[in-house]
Amino acid sequence: MTSSTRNNQAALPASDAAPDEVVIDCRVEKIFYGNFLAVRDSHLPILKNRITGFIGPSGCGKSTVLKSINRMNDLVRNFRFYGHIHFEGQDLYDKKVDPVTVRRHIGMVFQQPNPFSMSIYENVAFGLRLNRYRGDYDARVEEALRRAALWDEVKDKLRNNGMSLSGGQQQRLCIARAIATRPPVLLMDEPCSALDPIATRQVEELMVELKKDYTLVIVTHNMQQAQRVADRTAFFSVDITRGGRTGYLVEMGETTELFANPGEELTREYLSGQFS
Amino acid sequence: MASPETDRKAGAGGSICRPPTAADRLADRVFRGLTCAFAWLTLLLIGYIVWRIGGTALPAMKRLGIGFLTGTTWDPNQQKYGILPEIWGTLYSSLLALSIGGFFGVAIAIFLSEDFLPDRIRVVLKATVELLAAIPSVVYGLWGIYILIPMIRPLANWLHVHLGWLPFFSTSLTGPGMFPAALVLSIMILPTVAAISQDALGAIPARTREAAFGLGATRWETILRVLLPTASRGIFSALVLGFGRALGETMALAMLIGNSNRLTLSLFSPADTLAALLALNFPEASNLEVGVLMYAAVILLTITLLVNIAGEMIISFSARPGGGRS
Amino acid sequence: MKATPDFTRNLTEPRALKSFILSTLTVACTLLACVPLFSVLYVLVIRGGKRFSLELFTALPPTALDTGGGIGNAIVGTLVMVGIASLIAVPFGILAAIFLAEFGQDTRIATIARFSAKTMTGIPSILAGVFAYAAVVMVTGTYSAVAGGIALSLLMLPTVMLTAEESIRMVPRIMREAAVGMGCTPSQVMWKVTLPAAMPGMITGVMLAVARAAGETAPLLFTALFSDYWIFQGGAGDLMEPTASLAVLIYNFSGMPFENQIELAWAASLVLVLMVLFLNITSRLISQRKR
Repeated sequence: MTSSTRNNQAALPASDAAPDEVVIDCRVEKIFYGNFLAVRDSHLPILKNRITGFIGPSGCGKSTVLKSINRMNDLVRNFRFYGHIHFEGQDLYDKKVDPVTVRRHIGMVFQQPNPFSMSIYENVAFGLRLNRYRGDYDARVEEALRRAALWDEVKDKLRNNGMSLSGGQQQRLCIARAIATRPPVLLMDEPCSALDPIATRQVEELMVELKKDYTLVIVTHNMQQAQRVADRTAFFSVDITRGGRTGYLVEMGETTELFANPGEELTREYLSGQFS
Repeated sequence: MASPETDRKAGAGGSICRPPTAADRLADRVFRGLTCAFAWLTLLLIGYIVWRIGGTALPAMKRLGIGFLTGTTWDPNQQKYGILPEIWGTLYSSLLALSIGGFFGVAIAIFLSEDFLPDRIRVVLKATVELLAAIPSVVYGLWGIYILIPMIRPLANWLHVHLGWLPFFSTSLTGPGMFPAALVLSIMILPTVAAISQDALGAIPARTREAAFGLGATRWETILRVLLPTASRGIFSALVLGFGRALGETMALAMLIGNSNRLTLSLFSPADTLAALLALNFPEASNLEVGVLMYAAVILLTITLLVNIAGEMIISFSARPGGGRS
Repeated sequence: MKATPDFTRNLTEPRALKSFILSTLTVACTLLACVPLFSVLYVLVIRGGKRFSLELFTALPPTALDTGGGIGNAIVGTLVMVGIASLIAVPFGILAAIFLAEFGQDTRIATIARFSAKTMTGIPSILAGVFAYAAVVMVTGTYSAVAGGIALSLLMLPTVMLTAEESIRMVPRIMREAAVGMGCTPSQVMWKVTLPAAMPGMITGVMLAVARAAGETAPLLFTALFSDYWIFQGGAGDLMEPTASLAVLIYNFSGMPFENQIELAWAASLVLVLMVLFLNITSRLISQRKR
C-alpha cells in the first residue's frame, strides 16, 4: 500500500515525540441495564494518538464501556451510568452535557458496516453537512476517502449508492464518514467482525495509519488483532461470583508488556487460551 | 482543491465538529413536540367522535330507552321507532357471509400458504384474492343487482318450490333479498379472512411441519392435525375480524338486501341492516329522526367495537410464544 | 408373513384418496373465489366500456329522460374530496406514526393511540359519515365537499398511521445508530435517515388509503350528498356546497328505471375501478421494489 508507507515516514517523528497525554479519563463505577449490573469499577485512561484495545471474553462489558464514552448507550432503555468520563476538561455525564454534541466530537464505527442508503459522496459529506461546514466539500470528501484507503476504488463511482459496495469497502466508507469531520477521538466496536481476512487486514492497516491524527479505541474479540494494532490494551473479564454477570477491568497496560508479562493470573490464563 | 497532504498536516486540529446550532435544537424540540401532539390528537379525535355521536343521540336515547332495541316498527309519522329487525338482519347477514366467506377464506389460506403451487402462480393468485378487497362496495352492489340476482334467481326459486317447508326457503326471490346480499358480503370479507389466516399459517415454524412429515403424515394429515390446530387462534381472529367487517358493510347491503323492515329466517326475503338503515334514512331525515338514527349508529358502533376489540385481543394474545401468529 | 413395506404410490388407499379430494376442494375454492373479480371486471368493460368517450369525462349527468350526458362533475368531486381527505389524514397520520414508532414508542399514550388506530380500521365506514354529519353538516348547516372530505379522512387516518409506523420500524436499527453516532439530533435522524428509508412503505400505505377512500360511498351519502353541477362554478364558497362523487353517482343511478342512467352507472364504475386498481397495483410495485 503506497499511501501507508508514505505516511509512516511523514508522521514517525511526531508520534514518538508526543507525550502521554490522557484525552479521555474514563472512570466507571457502575453501569446498569435496569437492575442488571453490567460493568463495575473500571478506570481506563485513554492516551492521545494511541490505539487502545479492549479485549476480554464475551459479556465482559467491553462494548458497553466503549458505547458509554460517546453516550450511545443513552439509546438503550433503563441504561444508567455511575462514574465520570472526562474529555477535554468536561465530565461527559454531567447533567448539562448534550449527548448529541458529545457524539459529534467522538466518532464511532460500528460492528456491522452501516452506510446510509445514499451515494458514496453523500455518505462522506453527511457529517460535513450536519456540522454546517462551509468550505470545500469535494476536498474534504476526497481526503476522507483517501485516508480510509478507499479513494482509488470509488473515485469513479462517487454517485453510486454506498450500499452497493462490498462489506470491507462499506466498513472503510463508514470510517471515511466518521473521520470526514475530523473528530479527535474515534471509537470502533469490533470493526472487523463482519469482514473477511483481506478486508480485515486493510482496516487494521488503516487504524495504524489513523493514529497519527486521531485517538482510537477499539473493541475486539480477537487477541491477535489487539496485539497487531493496539499500543495499549485493557483486559476485561466477567465476575460471576455474585450470581450476576458483571464485567470489570482486570488490568490495562502497554500491549507488549501485557502480553509478555501479564500482571494478573486471570489475564495470563485468558491470553494463553484457557478460556474465552 | 486543497491537496490531501496539506490537509493531513493540519491533522486533528482541522476538526470541524460543532455542537448542533440553536436552530437545529429548536427544530428538534418543535418537531418532537409536534409528533407527540398529533399522537394525543388521535385520542382526542376518538373521544370527540364518541362524544359528538353520543351527544346527538342522547335525547333519542332518553326518549326511546331500551325499547328501541326490541321494537319492530319504524314509522316516522307515528314517531314509533324500533330496530330489532335491523339488528337481526345485521347479525344474520353477517353470520351467513361469515360461514361462506370464512370457509372459502380459510381454504384459500391453506392453499396459498402450503406449497401446493409454484411460487409464481401463487403470487398471482394471492394478488388476485387481495384485489377482491379493492373493488369498491358500491360496484359490487351494482354487479349484484344486474348480474348476481338474475343469475341465482332460478336456483333460489327452485329451492323455494321444492324445499319451501324449510324456514330458510319459505319465500321466493323476487329481487333483492338476504341471500344475494350475504353472498356479496362473503366475497367482500373473504380477502380479510384469507390474509390473516395466511399470516397465522405462515408463522408456524418449518420445524413443526418437518416433524409431522417426518412421522410419515401425509400433507393433509399434517394440515388438519398439526397446522390448523397450531394456527387456530390466528384463524379464529381472522374470522372474528371478518365478521366485524361484515357487520359494518353498508353499500352492497343497502343496494341488495331490499330494505324491508321484517324479522325473517328466509334467505330469499328482503330484510334490512343497521348500516343500510342509516344509509337510506339519513339523507332525508328530519331533525327528530336524526337523533333516532344517531341512536342506531351508537348501537352499530357498540356491536362492531366489541367484535373488533375481541378480534384484536385474540391476535395479540396469540402473538405470545406458543400462539399461531408471530 | 413377509413384512416388506410397499413404497409405491397407491391412489385408492383411503388416506391418499382423502388427500386428493381435499386438494381438489381447495383448488376449486380458490378458483371459485377469483370468479367474482373477473366477472366484475368483464361486465364493467363490456357494459361500461361502450360509454367511454370524451363526453363521459366532460359532460354533466343527464336529467331523468335525457340521453347522453357524462360524469365529469363526479370525477372532479371525487378528486377534490379525496384531496381534502389526504391533506388532513397524511400529515396527521405520519406525524402521529413518527411518535408511535420512534419518539414515544414505549409510552402509554403511544400504546393507547396504536390500539385506537387499530380499532378505528374496523369501524364501519358509514359511522365516519355519521360523525361528519354531526360535527360538520349540522354545524355548518349544509352538505359540502368539506364534510365529505373530513368523513373520508377519518377512514384514511388509521391506515396511513399504521402503515407509516410499520415502515418506520422496518428501517434497520444499525442505520439509525449510524446517524446517532454521527451526532444527529433525534429529529435529524428521523429526517435524514429514517424517513427517506421508510418512504416507499409510507407511500404504499398512503396510496392504499387513497384507493380505499376513493371508492367509499357510505360516508359521502349524507355529508357531500350529490349535485348535478360542477363543483367550481362561482368562487371560493364552492367547497361548502353539495358535491357529486363517482361512488354516490353509481349508487343513485343504479336504482333508476332509465337505461341511460344505468349505463352511466356502469361507466362510472369502470372509471372508479380503474382508478382504484391503478393505485393498488402501483403501490404493490413500489413496495415490491423495496425488497
